[in-house]
Order: sequence, then structure tokens, then C-alpha cells
Amino acid sequence: MNSKPRILVKGAGVAGMTACVALAERGGDVTLYDQAGRVGAGASWFAGGMLAPWCEAESAPEEVTAQSVGAVDWWARHVPQVTRQGSLVLAPARDVGEIARFSRRTSHFTQVNGVEIAELEPDLDGRFQKGLFFEQEGHVDPRVALHALFERLLALGGHALLSGAPAPDEAAFDWVVDCTGLVARDRLDGLRGVRGEMLLLRCRDVSLHRPVRMLHPRIPVYIVPRADHIFMVGATMVESEDTGGMTVRSMLELLNAAYTLHPGFAEAEILETGIGVRPSYPDNIPRVTQDGKYLFINGMYRHGFLLSPARAEEAADRIFGQAA
Amino acid sequence: MDVLFYGQALSSPLMLGTAQYPSPEILRDAVLAARPGVVTVSLRREAAREKTGQAFWSLIQELGVPVLPNTAGCHTVKEAVTTAHMAREVFGTDWVKLEVIGEQDTLQPDVFGLVEAARILSEDGFKVFPYTTEDLVVAERLLACGCEVLMPWGAPIGSGRGLNNVFGLRALRAHFPGVPLVVDAGLGVPSHAAQALELGYDAVLINTAVARAGNPAEMARAFSLAVEAGRLGRAADPMEERDMAAPSTPVAGKAFLG
Repeated sequence: MNSKPRILVKGAGVAGMTACVALAERGGDVTLYDQAGRVGAGASWFAGGMLAPWCEAESAPEEVTAQSVGAVDWWARHVPQVTRQGSLVLAPARDVGEIARFSRRTSHFTQVNGVEIAELEPDLDGRFQKGLFFEQEGHVDPRVALHALFERLLALGGHALLSGAPAPDEAAFDWVVDCTGLVARDRLDGLRGVRGEMLLLRCRDVSLHRPVRMLHPRIPVYIVPRADHIFMVGATMVESEDTGGMTVRSMLELLNAAYTLHPGFAEAEILETGIGVRPSYPDNIPRVTQDGKYLFINGMYRHGFLLSPARAEEAADRIFGQAA
Repeated sequence: MDVLFYGQALSSPLMLGTAQYPSPEILRDAVLAARPGVVTVSLRREAAREKTGQAFWSLIQELGVPVLPNTAGCHTVKEAVTTAHMAREVFGTDWVKLEVIGEQDTLQPDVFGLVEAARILSEDGFKVFPYTTEDLVVAERLLACGCEVLMPWGAPIGSGRGLNNVFGLRALRAHFPGVPLVVDAGLGVPSHAAQALELGYDAVLINTAVARAGNPAEMARAFSLAVEAGRLGRAADPMEERDMAAPSTPVAGKAFLG
């Protein structure tokens, strides 16, 4: 190959931004384009940002865990503010059976009792008697992370067509990496959307050091601490592509979980309600597919921040493997 | 002779719910493994509006199993009736599994609202499968409204506790010998399903026990074998139990040697 391959990455969500950086690091001449004109216009903006390969094994197949074990390291190499404090899985006393079930399906945790939970999270002292601690997991603020990747792309000499830039001529590129989520559904068989709803709360009365998953037979909810006393509470999973506002029921379920975790959340300020529709394949596992010079990274489902590094490197392997 | 549900025989006494699976693909594997007579589908209102749930519903319809839409999550008569109408439009069937939930935590049926909604829907041409308790009087009211099937619970939805009131379920079976009866809700393991069929129930409906199993497809197959075992056992006319705790005479059955 005489010159750098010219690569167009379409879509500035987590799949597209990780792809941009991975490809630029391998020596690609990368141009980013997003029809919405900005970084994070899709579901990624509302993600939890949990980097929890072992917790996800509760409901995801083994390959999801196997391919995402390196995700925490990948993010730590590429963006600031990756928190590596593990994650905590708890259940209200009545649903404590859910912890037994969760522990049977997962690995790389330690069982923690009330005293140990209080050592990890002093604000939860006396509130929970049984939990699981996944020490090696981490989390990241998706909005901070997406912008950090964008800066990194520019620092690596990449180009960005945002803010109303016209769609580029795809014929001018050696490769087109399509990370447009549901926009690409006409070209990708089986892609569907799974609605998710989340809340951002500001609460000065509660401090957490790590994401907490509150188990419940029907309504599992996680609460992720972010900077400035902000907490992300998410997320519902509804087999619908509706992008309308959050329902009262979903709001109640999310707030109930937060309040059950700590009554101090009663005084929290509701900063934002967010709705995203997760692009998903029938097996709910993200894929890289190829059609000539077109590569599609899609179907991130709820594994965007967890699996996009592996999928971005897989796409880079295809391009630079062929170019070599 | 086949039991008829509104004139239609089912290929299996297993009804399988489609909620809470890790993925649609795993749901499909479970359906292929169990070959249920019916799959139930819940219709959330936000998904029904503008048919934004169509992608998922298409996956269900492609399974090639008769679809029984349900009104899960409805707490009032009005919600349930509206949802049933949406379901009829989306799935093109007048079958509806009617749930009117009376208590948010245990999800037990509001039998008063259930009877009213069943009457409204039956008059409107729906073939109603009401999710009810084992109460005989409620059952009579539902039948009087036009229901031709009853679906009493075994235990609260998602509890996995099996048949909590065997006496009540047996009484229901005895009182309504000609009505198709389905144990809906609360079954956790295959033996619970076998027990329901042994009691003379015509079918069971399973969702959580399969969807939340570590291996849903294998659990689905286990339930399909269990209902078959229960049905055959019932049909083969089981022996009577004997109570050996109280001897009828002091010497019967004992060697009587001097």
C-alpha cells in the first residue's frame, strides 16, 4: 500500500467513535461524518457507560464477556476519567434470591456482607446485608468519553464532517465504515430497535464510588455515579422503537430503585430524562459485517461501551489485514 | 379426544410466554425446543401506538405458532379493553389473554375488573382467556360473561412456587369438567407443570420459568416433556393413594403366627 487508506466512518456514536480512533491509530486517513451533525446524537448519549464484562454474563452469552474483558483497559488508554472501582450488585431483602441466581451465572466476584458493603460504600451502611462485588469492572461517563475520542481523532490527523456538513461522496473513499445504527436497517437483515429510558439525577446527599445494580425479578435497575454529584439511573428495556417521552411507569420504576438504594435520593433534582433506541440483532450481539468496501459495525444493543472497542479493532483488522 | 379452545385444538398443552428472554434468538430456540401449542405476547401501549414494536412482533409471528396476545400490565378495565383492541389489530386474531392486575407487587388479578372487561370484550366478539384465581364464583361469572376457557393461577406471576392451592384447583376442575382449564402463572420447574396436567388441567402457561432459566431452550424442552408426562399419566388412570398411617384393623396385612 503506497498511501494511507482513505476511510469514511459514518455515525458519531460509540461504535463510530471507537472505530475512528482505532482506524486512525493503525494509520488510516479517517474522515468522520454524522448526518445529525454532532457527536453522540444517538443511543450512546444515554448509555450507562458501565464496563462490566462479568456482570453482563448474567444474561449475555459467554462470547460477550470473552470479547469485552479488555474493554476497561482500552478505554483507560484512550480517554480520561475511566473509573476502576469495580461494581456492586445488591437486592432488597425480599429479592435476595436474585443474588443467588446472579452469582450462579457470573464469575470474578466476591460475596460481600453488610459490613463489607459499608466498607465499599459507606453511605449504604446498614441498608443491605448481601451482595456481590465485581472488583475488576469499571465505568466511564459516555458523554465525556465520546468527546475525548473525538479530540483524539483530530489529534491523530483525522477529519470531521459535522455541524451541517453535506454528505461526503463515498466513491472518494477506499473504505466506508457504517456505524449508523438503525439508519442502516435497510441494508442489515434483522436489525431492530430496543427502547431504553434513563434519568440523570443530581443528589448531594448520597455518594457512591461505583455503579450499583439493584436486582429485581422484573425491573433490574443500575445507578452509576458521575462527576458533580450526578447519578445516571437506567435503563428500561422495551421491545419498541418508540422515541416518545418517558412513561410515568418507567419513571416510577427507576425512581423507586434509586429510593430503595438510598432514601436520600428523595431530595435529588431530576436533571434529565433520556430516551434511546438501541440497534439490536436477533441475538443481541454486536456484529461487524462486510459488503465490498463497506463495513458495518452495528447491533450494539446495550453493549455499546463494553463491546465497541473489540468491534472497532475487528474492523481495523479487516481493513489493514487486507491492505497489508 | 382433543380439548378445544374456542373450537380449536392445540398441538401441545404447553403455552409459552415470550417476555424476558435474553434475546429474540434465544426465545426462538426455546420455541423450537418446546414446540408449544400457543405463544403469548404482551402488548405494551407505547409499543402498540404507531406499531413501534412491529420488529419484535414480526419475529414472534415468524415462529409459526398460534399467537395469543395478552393485556399484561393493565390495571383497569379501560386499559385492558383498549389493549385488547390494539392486539386484535396488530396480530389479526380475536383471541386475547385477559389480565387485569389488581396488585402491583404480586400481580394478582383484580377479579372484579376482570369480569367486567371479559363481558365487554366477549360482547365485542373477542375470545377471552381470562387470567383469574381459583375462586369458583369468579369462574362462574367469567363463564356467564361468555368466556369458554379459564386460566387460574398456580401462584403469583414470576414466583415459581408451583401449585399453591391444590385443593382449590382440584375443586375448579371438578366443578367445570367441560371447560378447558389452563394453569397460568407461578410455575417454576417442570414437575409443577406435570402436576397440573395430572390434576386434569388441559394446559399450562409458562414464561418466567423458561425465560429466566440459565438455558431457556433446555428448560422449554423439559416443560414440554413434563406436560406430556402429566397428560399421559392422567389419561392412564392413576392408582389411588393409600393412607398407611392409620391401620384399619390391628392384624390385616401382618403375619399372624403363633
